[in-house]
Amino acid sequence: MTESWKTKEIIARNERYGKYVDSVTPQTSLFHSLLKAFVIGGITCVIGELIGDGLAFIMPTVSEEMIATYTSMILVSVAILFTGLGFYDVIARHGGAGSFLPITGFANAMSSAALEYKSEGLIFGTSVKMFTVVGPVVVNGVVWSTVAGIVRLIVFMIWGV
Amino acid sequence: MEMIYPETWWGFMLMYLAVFAGGGLLCAIAQLLIVKTKLTPARILVIFLVAGVILQTVGAYEPLLNIFHSGIAVPIVGFGAALAKGSINAAMQYGVFGAFAGGLIQTAFGVGAAVVASYLVTLLFNAKSK
Repeated sequence: MTESWKTKEIIARNERYGKYVDSVTPQTSLFHSLLKAFVIGGITCVIGELIGDGLAFIMPTVSEEMIATYTSMILVSVAILFTGLGFYDVIARHGGAGSFLPITGFANAMSSAALEYKSEGLIFGTSVKMFTVVGPVVVNGVVWSTVAGIVRLIVFMIWGV
Repeated sequence: MEMIYPETWWGFMLMYLAVFAGGGLLCAIAQLLIVKTKLTPARILVIFLVAGVILQTVGAYEPLLNIFHSGIAVPIVGFGAALAKGSINAAMQYGVFGAFAGGLIQTAFGVGAAVVASYLVTLLFNAKSK
């Protein structure tokens, strides 16, 4: 008797709580979130292109490959500085995939993990946790690029391309 | 990189439009994956990274880079493509062992900068309270 009364009470409470959660969860339409990701991702890429074109303009003798390298170094450093200053959180709150898919998101993930665990020390906090988020990217990147290199070497040895 | 856009002001505008549209489209696809599937951001990053590695391996990345420039190079796809490019070049130069090193060599500038900058930022700032 008291058992079933308790069960009913718990079910009713869970329903009330579920409704409460729904009411406080911000309603974001799919179109809106896609548009935000599109615009923020697009702007990040345009900034990258502006940096690259600017560098190529002031350093015309530098190779295209090094220009691309310097561009990503600048993007990464600026994103990490923005993370430290707390600006990147504002971008990430709105951008969704637009803020984590570009290389700036990789930098943000790395630096925010490093910063968050600073309280546990520079070795066991920062140094250990720095790769918690970006570790999968680095590991899969190394593994699959090695496969790519070997595959292309085999193709070259067989067909000469 | 081949210059496929005419060297006029409207060719320049067209190129920047392609950069914006290409980068935006990739991010919108990733956002759609987040909203519509149970994939976590980390998995999505790895998917786009491996897509970049594959595009570079089959030779489809260069033509896309000519069209979209930073629109494909700045998203993580470009990082995957750079890893694969380094590995392929090193494999051609040093043989099979080069394949293990090439990816890291090619991307070492960016990753090195990210690690050092993250460390410096950690020394200079404290985590913002949420």
